[in-house]
Amino acid sequence: MDLKQLYQDIILEHGKSPRNFGKSEKYTHEAKGYNPLCGDKVQIFLNLNKDKKVEDLTFEGSGCAISMASTSIMTELVKGKSLEIAKKIVLDFLDMIKNTQQIKSEELDEDQKIKIMSLSGVKQYPMRVKCATLAWHTLNSAMLEKKEEVNTEAFD
Amino acid sequence: MDINEVKSQFPIFSKKINGKQLVYLDSSNSAQKPASVIKKLDNFYKNEFSNIGRSIHALSVNATNKFEETRSNVKKFINASSKDEIIFTKNATESINLVASTFGQKYIKKGDEILITELEHHSNYVPWHYLRVNKGAVIKFAPINDDGDILIDKFKKLINSKTKIIALTHLSNVTGTIVPIKEIIEIAKKKDIPVLVDGCQSAPHIKIDVRDLDCDFYAISCHKVYGPTGVGVLYAKKKWLEKLPPYIGGGGMISEVKKDKVTYAPLPEKYEAGTMPTAEVVAFNESIKFMQSIGIENIIKHESELTNYALEKMRKINSVNIVGNPKNKAGVISFTIKGIHPHDISTIVDEEGVAIRAGHHCCQILHERLNLSATARASIGIYNTTEDIDILCKAIENCKKIFGLK
Repeated sequence: MDLKQLYQDIILEHGKSPRNFGKSEKYTHEAKGYNPLCGDKVQIFLNLNKDKKVEDLTFEGSGCAISMASTSIMTELVKGKSLEIAKKIVLDFLDMIKNTQQIKSEELDEDQKIKIMSLSGVKQYPMRVKCATLAWHTLNSAMLEKKEEVNTEAFD
Repeated sequence: MDINEVKSQFPIFSKKINGKQLVYLDSSNSAQKPASVIKKLDNFYKNEFSNIGRSIHALSVNATNKFEETRSNVKKFINASSKDEIIFTKNATESINLVASTFGQKYIKKGDEILITELEHHSNYVPWHYLRVNKGAVIKFAPINDDGDILIDKFKKLINSKTKIIALTHLSNVTGTIVPIKEIIEIAKKKDIPVLVDGCQSAPHIKIDVRDLDCDFYAISCHKVYGPTGVGVLYAKKKWLEKLPPYIGGGGMISEVKKDKVTYAPLPEKYEAGTMPTAEVVAFNESIKFMQSIGIENIIKHESELTNYALEKMRKINSVNIVGNPKNKAGVISFTIKGIHPHDISTIVDEEGVAIRAGHHCCQILHERLNLSATARASIGIYNTTEDIDILCKAIENCKKIFGLK
């Protein structure tokens, strides 16, 4: 295991100064996520325009560096994408964390791939995987218009 | 007491964690086990195993005797009046559930009040919450101050004619507050209100004398007292165990079973239904013997010296905030570092072989009261040394370095 792999500069930086933090004035979708094991909470605000494009994506919440950075990076990568592609990126991310440690999405450019891959170190820390995935599951829930709060204990 | 000799009795400390010497500071969660306990478990399964109380063959008689020896020794350990007052359960959580359920069934009506405190672990709140849901009981929380001490005056004011039972911890698993339990029980006794004490954190670290305390119920978690998992103890005054209905029904707890009626076994079997964690109870006797061999005075002296050492050293680290500053504090040190989430702290110190806990430690009410979402917690056991604290502090400095804090 390698701490430097987990706490890369990009993660520390996003953890400290998360992007797109704070509730947007205008949003079409929202969802809440909760990790009962550590108390991490996140709320996602998604604004889709009439062409089903992610016009804005913001969040509120508290959590560890991994969860804050993961949420921050997610908002950056998904903003501006179509709903369909956004869904694909989320699934790709979850697949990377859980299985492949590679990112398949062709929709991301090289810089974005480096950013998203910075979170792959979490795979070596099974207890921390949910810190990284909570926001992504929550965004998924918002996109699918699910009503109930996302609970990390309900998925593996 | 030679601390190195004590530590050498714990085989786990010869193992490396992440290539480093193990610094185990999570004893409030669960304590490590001395070789004598592990050996007893092994030996019991290898050479002595049988179920207890059901058969009359030699192995069963021996196993039953060993099981009862533990009961006798627990009685001695907490100074109970009778062996019949010692009930073995699955864990301390079950011990509290047993009381909440049976006491609630018999004595709690709609509008009755149960008084607990803001310090309580979820296991001393949720079982009472069931009575709120099922019986319409009201749960009152006695407040604490920012230091983590219960406000006795406010506590007194919360007691009234509707208060049917008081349940509170002897020692907080977050702030390390040693609650002035005797004083509180005296207040309750004046109003004739029974008191349940959650002794999970206290039993391994301070002297327990249930007769001196005059408590009605006392719950102990054996795995925190250097014993096996799967066993808890409920001490209850005999008058309660005789009056209260049985809890779990099944084999072993009955006297006579007919198609139209069932009568129950005498104490303590009335509350020990089904096959018990036999080997674990037998091995738990070795944990008590281990505690007795060191002596509670020596345990208190070592652990309080170490706690003071740790507090002094940790307070000197910039950005470290110790949670709670109670008048009487045991070796449970919860802390935060400004700018680093407790989970990140835990992951980083783990890399140095330091095992601490991070989260709300099953005390969400208390964390909310202290305006904290989570804390990191270093908790001390008999085997910890000043070197362990030094390594912890170095690991904390490393956290700060990684996060760019000064």
